[in-house]
Amino acid sequence: MTGPVVARLTASLGRVLPPFGVFALIVGAWYVVTYQVLAEDRRFLLPPPHEVVSEGFLDERTREDILLASWETLKAALIGLAIAFVLGSVLAVLMAQARWIERSLYPWVVFLQTIPILAIVPVIGFWFGYELTARVVVCVIIALFPLVINPLQGLLGTDRGLHDLLTLARAKPFTRLVKLQIPAALPQVFVGLQTAAGLSIVGAVVGDFFFGRGAIGLGLLLSRYSGRLQSAEMLATVFAAAVLGVAVFWVFGALGRRVVGAWSEAWGAGDRAARSS
Amino acid sequence: MTPPGPLLAFRDVTRRFGAVQALDPVTLTVARGEFVSVIGPSGCGKSTLLRLASSLDHASSGAVETATESIAYVFQDATLMPWRTVRRNVELLGELSGANRGNVRMRAQEALESVGLADFADHLPRQLSGGMRMRASLARALVMEPELFLFDEPFGALDEITRTRLNLQLMDLFVERSFGALFITHSVEESVFLSNRVVVMSARPGRITAEFTVPFAFPRPADLRYTAEFADLAGKVARALEEAS
Repeated sequence: MTGPVVARLTASLGRVLPPFGVFALIVGAWYVVTYQVLAEDRRFLLPPPHEVVSEGFLDERTREDILLASWETLKAALIGLAIAFVLGSVLAVLMAQARWIERSLYPWVVFLQTIPILAIVPVIGFWFGYELTARVVVCVIIALFPLVINPLQGLLGTDRGLHDLLTLARAKPFTRLVKLQIPAALPQVFVGLQTAAGLSIVGAVVGDFFFGRGAIGLGLLLSRYSGRLQSAEMLATVFAAAVLGVAVFWVFGALGRRVVGAWSEAWGAGDRAARSS
Repeated sequence: MTPPGPLLAFRDVTRRFGAVQALDPVTLTVARGEFVSVIGPSGCGKSTLLRLASSLDHASSGAVETATESIAYVFQDATLMPWRTVRRNVELLGELSGANRGNVRMRAQEALESVGLADFADHLPRQLSGGMRMRASLARALVMEPELFLFDEPFGALDEITRTRLNLQLMDLFVERSFGALFITHSVEESVFLSNRVVVMSARPGRITAEFTVPFAFPRPADLRYTAEFADLAGKVARALEEAS
């Protein structure tokens, strides 16, 4: 009875330990840079890790600021992600219907992707103001590409034999879409969602960093701390942004495994088979 | 009253893809309750025959006539939806036909039982072996109680033991339901064991070069394969196939 439990514990330990080792190395190198590389009068450039923790996360005032700002950022990111998801899905379904629609829309989707986001931030602010709406628009623009391209690949990559089967059964295009193409595209949809979720956090941070107005999100907080040379607080804010990115990535990963993990090899079905055999 | 005439007839059918002549005029019929195998080298247009018979593709000239609407196509791969359980896969065609739900469920259960998959009805396709997946594919076709079966090398990817077992199972189904069947295969033994008639095709362009009537009565026992008469006929088919390649 205990054998498999111990084996599983060792296995999960084996998975967790290496990244922690890397973490320890990074923290070690950080201390070296702070205390050995930097002269004392320049130490403010990179405060030691424990100072980042004590001033950024343990100080009640700063912690509250960072948490509130994280919530503002998360809100903008999730609203943007939701809009991009709906818009992206509609575009992908449209493009999957006919070659000419795909050909007419594809270059514009790519074009949207290649716009340097910083270049249009002023334009967005000009049109949409400098608060939540504008941040959401930045998130939509930055998150849209993977939410069009991945679902589209999924919709178009459906098994040819299954298409023939539905043709023989005289299935209507809508039936084909609902019973075959959409379910077949789900693994790719979740890949898109996972990528887009991380991007939308980036969009929200960049958005309010540059708009510099409205409710204080992580971007605004960053620019405030950097303006005041509060480097420990600034680094703590950078960590909060990174953690937010990792968290949404993980949440959509877990969602993907839950929805399609039973049958999609890309989402773990193969893993489980390998483990059980 | 069954109407007279063949269930499926190719009359001087050709198919050309661009500059490539895939099929030279082919004339071939399948009667009700007749099992016809087509054997030939790769690329001889065997699969094209099936696509023409099922209207997935259209002839360049000549006529393809079918006396029934009730046609089942069994693909080379099991072609199951990986997100549906075996039962829901087997129900798919009934579901698409808009038939009553309870009725579809009942027929699916019958079909699963007749291929021996009832115990695996709630498994996902990836949890089954290749042979079981193919049986699920067969069950899916059976649900619509087709009068004409089109088989595109259904057992080609399976190992010998599984293939032999599925051959027997398919023969049982054929004896029990007496549908008409056009069966594409690479295996001489399989073609002789299953069929009333074996048609040999040559490659590029595909045309019929030989035809054999298989005299053995149904149901055929598994050890028919080891008799001298069987070996003799299989030898003739194999020689004709060699000449065609």
